[in-house]
Amino acid sequence: MELTSHNLKSNVKDALGNAQLQKALSNVPKGFIDKRAKAAAALDEFEALRDKGREIKDHTLANLDLYLQAYEQKVIENGGHVHWAKTAEDARRIALEICQKHNAKTVTKGKSMITEEVELNEHLLENGIEPVETDLGEYIIQLRNEKPSHIIAPAIHLNQGQIEEDFRRVHTHLEDDRDMSEPETLLAEAREVLRKRYFEADVGFTGANFLVAETGSSVIVTNEGNGDLTQTLGKVHVVMASIEKVVPTLADCSQILRILARSATGQDMSVYTTFSTGPKREKDPDGPDEYHVILLDNGRSDMLGTEFEEMLRCIRCGACINHCPVYHSIGGHAYGSIYPGPMGSVLTPSLAGVEKAGTLPNASTFCGRCESVCPMRIPLPKMMRHWREREFEQHLQPKAARYGLALWAYFAKRPKLYRALVSFAMPALSLLGGTSKRISSLPLASGWTKHRELPAPEGRTFMQAWAQREALKQEAK
Amino acid sequence: MADTRATVLADIKNSRSKKASDADRAKAVAERLSGRPTGIIPKRGQLKQSERVDLFAEMATKVHSSVVKVKTYEDVPASVSNYLREHNLPAELIMGSDRRLAKAKWAAEKNLTIKKGPSDGQDLVGVSHAKAGIAETGTLLLASGSENPTTINFLADHHIVVIAAKDIKGDMESAWSSLNKKDDQVEMPRAVNFITGPSRSGDIEQKLLLGAHGPRALQIIIVG
Repeated sequence: MELTSHNLKSNVKDALGNAQLQKALSNVPKGFIDKRAKAAAALDEFEALRDKGREIKDHTLANLDLYLQAYEQKVIENGGHVHWAKTAEDARRIALEICQKHNAKTVTKGKSMITEEVELNEHLLENGIEPVETDLGEYIIQLRNEKPSHIIAPAIHLNQGQIEEDFRRVHTHLEDDRDMSEPETLLAEAREVLRKRYFEADVGFTGANFLVAETGSSVIVTNEGNGDLTQTLGKVHVVMASIEKVVPTLADCSQILRILARSATGQDMSVYTTFSTGPKREKDPDGPDEYHVILLDNGRSDMLGTEFEEMLRCIRCGACINHCPVYHSIGGHAYGSIYPGPMGSVLTPSLAGVEKAGTLPNASTFCGRCESVCPMRIPLPKMMRHWREREFEQHLQPKAARYGLALWAYFAKRPKLYRALVSFAMPALSLLGGTSKRISSLPLASGWTKHRELPAPEGRTFMQAWAQREALKQEAK
Repeated sequence: MADTRATVLADIKNSRSKKASDADRAKAVAERLSGRPTGIIPKRGQLKQSERVDLFAEMATKVHSSVVKVKTYEDVPASVSNYLREHNLPAELIMGSDRRLAKAKWAAEKNLTIKKGPSDGQDLVGVSHAKAGIAETGTLLLASGSENPTTINFLADHHIVVIAAKDIKGDMESAWSSLNKKDDQVEMPRAVNFITGPSRSGDIEQKLLLGAHGPRALQIIIVG
């Protein structure tokens, strides 16, 4: 995936100044947070199921090689094909070979973050094959030649008016003066346009929310029905999934499904949860003639056995993103990676390297909301801290930050000196604050004071206040 | 490619924290795959049969399905005709070769035209029979095959699903057990569709819009 994470600072500046984006982003906390809270509260067993989900995934990751082999065997028994890809390039090549073997001209796609990760669309286009995104959000961003800004709501950065403009621009076969003031009309138009495409498609690509080792099934969880039309109507169904998607059994999968939709959209169940097992059978009236699975590693096996292993429990619900105050302010594109928010800040450096994406773990207030809502109890803030440490160790931060930290560390390691300095600085800053008790400009702190005033410290330092408190306690005795 | 396969598997094996021996791991995996331990089953659906059916109807209605109850399969055709009239739909529908549906006396509905087989995308109304229902979430379980073609589940504008009251289970795990089994293991049809309401999208400013790419309406007829 092409990264622009190193531009985080300027990306953020652009995002904060983009009025359309800020308007669209105001919808994020309104919808997702409340719905998730209600759905979680309505199920007594929700917290216990989170523990269970973690346990299932930890067990699977400890035996990942064995479960993948068990899964592969079942897929083959059911008449499917399994392809292994070490890198994104491998996955693209295999996908293209399958398409070329069937002389594919167009392929439909259900929503899949993995195909975004390996940039499948670009690769198919370069080779004369047209990919058609069928999820409404993905379709919209494909028309705009953009990347998703959220892993489950790819077009959440857009407002209705922008979508209307895109549809008018692209759907030129429809009347110019048609009324498109209602969102329902936009949806109906996309439905109409895409209906034909499913039938024309030679190959249908989907991702997978789970791969079940017990049965060799791939599972997709959707609301629109486009993923099912994609995998049912294409002559060939290709599943592209990363290796950590495997779970042992149908029972295990059922456990995790209970926390997936609730965490993602606040639904008890998404509308469609489909288990696909192999190609069309002898007496089947519908379904694909061929069924392929491309299993992608792309950096994940390197995460096993490290402090980032727990990230492989992620089920891509998006709850951490929906609850992140940084995401609420800057949206997904500013992260410069297709995986935004807290999960992306941990995953992207793992997949692309800390040199390229080391700035991302700094885009966090460490408020801890992500970890508190993660259905798989992934310690996201802790992992972002690990990345910050690595970034520091590898001297990847800007000089000002490094020297500033070194200077602070010098004093912090010498408590007497530190206290002396602070007991001098506090009254000085307090004086600077004047009667308003706010500081509007301060050397070396313009990053703060440019946008808001710094509250001036009042009274004593913590150590002074503590000493006085202890003294009073002694007196009371 | 065989080489890549070996590389990926070796990389996984070498990176993971080495706690258990290979023999122990193989045993744990084999046990889990054959033992298939059940996890936590929510209490919500653990009810008497009649209460379970009521909970199913309540949960299904919450997700914008509409639910009617009829006494026997003989009542199904009239119920379907009613639905078509109420929604100003032509008296045409498509269905598979499901035996329970076939038993219903469709001939009594004289104006009704019934097509058999998979949908080609031109059908306004499709009728299917569910294998099971899940009271916990108001979900239907449909299995692929000529009895109930998968295309009907997704291509019809109005999807009417018939389900026997006795097939409504409390939870997802029990619903799985309604599929055929061989040596105590579920025999997976090509596709198992769990359906919870009509299709929808929230992709435009997070507004809930029904009727995305799949059915715009889901009507459930509970028999018994």
